[in-house]
Amino acid sequence: MSYRDAVREAVRGALKADPRVFLMGEDVGRYGGSYAVSKGLLEEFGPDRIRDTPLSESAFVGAGIGAALAGLRPIVEVMTVNFSLLALDQIMNNAATLSHMSGGQLSVPVVIRLATGAGRQLAAQHSHSLEGWYAHIPGLRIAVPATIDDARFMLAAALASPDPVLLFEHLYLYNMEGELTPGLERVDLDHAAIRRPGRDVTLITYGWSLYKCLAAAETLAKEGVEAEVLDLRTLRPLDDAAVMASVRRTRRAVIVDEGWRSGGLSAEVTTRIVEQAFYELDSPVARVCTAEVPVPYAKHLEDAALPSPARIEAAVRSVVTRSGSG
Amino acid sequence: MSAPSEAALTREHGLDLLREMLRIRSFEDRCYRLYGETKIRGFLHLYNGEEAVAVGAMRLLGPADAVVSTYREHGHAIARGVPMNKVMAELYGKQTGCSRGRGGSMHLFDASKRFYGGNAIVAGGLPVAVGLALAEKLQRQSDITACFFGDGAVAEGEFHESLNLASLWKLPVLFLCENNLYAMGTALDRAQAETDITIKARAYRIEATAVDGMDVLAVEAAVRSVVERIRNGGGPALLEMRTYRFRAHSMFDPQLYRDKAEVEAWEKKGPIITLTTRLKALGLMTEDDYQRLEREAGAEVDAAVQFAEGSPWEPESDLERFVYAERTS
Repeated sequence: MSYRDAVREAVRGALKADPRVFLMGEDVGRYGGSYAVSKGLLEEFGPDRIRDTPLSESAFVGAGIGAALAGLRPIVEVMTVNFSLLALDQIMNNAATLSHMSGGQLSVPVVIRLATGAGRQLAAQHSHSLEGWYAHIPGLRIAVPATIDDARFMLAAALASPDPVLLFEHLYLYNMEGELTPGLERVDLDHAAIRRPGRDVTLITYGWSLYKCLAAAETLAKEGVEAEVLDLRTLRPLDDAAVMASVRRTRRAVIVDEGWRSGGLSAEVTTRIVEQAFYELDSPVARVCTAEVPVPYAKHLEDAALPSPARIEAAVRSVVTRSGSG
Repeated sequence: MSAPSEAALTREHGLDLLREMLRIRSFEDRCYRLYGETKIRGFLHLYNGEEAVAVGAMRLLGPADAVVSTYREHGHAIARGVPMNKVMAELYGKQTGCSRGRGGSMHLFDASKRFYGGNAIVAGGLPVAVGLALAEKLQRQSDITACFFGDGAVAEGEFHESLNLASLWKLPVLFLCENNLYAMGTALDRAQAETDITIKARAYRIEATAVDGMDVLAVEAAVRSVVERIRNGGGPALLEMRTYRFRAHSMFDPQLYRDKAEVEAWEKKGPIITLTTRLKALGLMTEDDYQRLEREAGAEVDAAVQFAEGSPWEPESDLERFVYAERTS
């Protein structure tokens, strides 16, 4: 099945399992979802539960928050993370604060799904990767399904959470084909996962960049460098224990993040490694991030701006070389 | 503007309305003093002059209805039945406050009263109110959501997005615009090309009426005239409550933008004086009654201050509680 199919099955499963669940967002109904995730669901569940909205991000995200306060389990689809900026007041000032600010009286069990990322020549305003930005905000949970399994099961975990959860689906992954792990029925929102074991360096990543890391690791293996690839899965909370356990084994870390470098998630992960595992490192931590530009349109410029297997390989070679004999 | 109905006014009803307005006025006057004594800090936005809106509107709501409010919400909270002790303790930042000291004046919450705060981003509560109402509609309930906001909110996109959505989906929202003529220091006619807020609502096919917000009977009558229709699935309504705030916007406002004479003119038609005059003229109340109600309100505020003063602080070790829901399992 495709990643898109997996997300659709996740939404369908949630709608079937719990009458409190409904989906709303721009073009989720008659159009079938701008990435075709919700295709067919309007016919199956009707317009009350597959709810097309006007282009009013603040109102419908806020409405999701209000409906969650009243006990429902809304899935709000914001077509892309870029448009979520129009709802930032609701996400940051309401979803993230209401539990704390009410002294624990209220909770906001809303799930907001957003397409994120670059790679489709959509230019700056449609290519942002802001999940690391959102991970800055206490009160939110930030999850990034990168695999077919996570695409299929993270939504249920998010809906089971009493807290607001933002699920970031990389737009490049929707067409990815893969198989579900047989017998798998649920996943959690707390733990990172090792997607490829290795002894020489840890590649710490999430989302689409996971596959760039896996490709780089294959190339590096031919050179005798075994890279471990750690999929963070959730950016808030960050699974420090998994990061440190891996880095303590490999003694080297390269963080691969489609967000910008300055003040970003890669900076946060680096700092935590320095705080918690500094003396176990054989080499400085390295980062591969998106160039500090608004993502450009032209294919060669966009490619140059984004993390690539080649840049990841180069970063790994530099940390492996610099660390000498270990 | 809709006319007040005096025909059915009884002594008991009249005194109830007056009592509620005096409780709020007395509370706000004490807050003003306590701020000067630095017992209360942060921003403080007082409701003096606007009491008729909260009191008149809240009487028509049932316990299962939801209320969404603004940062000038002490009056809404008190009229909704949030215990005055807990409101005062919140202003003191105490553990016994209705938000355990994490909200303060602008963020009063009481889940048991379905009082959803306390939103300090202008118009930020409107989308939430739409969602609360959507939940009622999806669950086939007949409860409504009352959403208070000021005239400043109509300049925000969230006002327009929310009115449209509520009308499009025929949601049970009662939009209560407290038009006190100033968005902080900016007069409505300096901010809006169209100053009649009901016209904006009608553009979204929402039934809208302007109401004399200084007359609690008019407020009550206006809310009564729309609330059953909203409850029965008729879609949202907007009432533009034309009112006035007697005190400064906040405690940091030198009021350079309005004349003293304008304030004095509005004070002469204040909600408490208006109702008192009417009740006396109708022979439903004596000066002794008024004095008694005022004394009782003062005593309740005294007790609330005492409660707040004597309450414990939330321990610093609990600083990070409630950022995420606490798992009971």
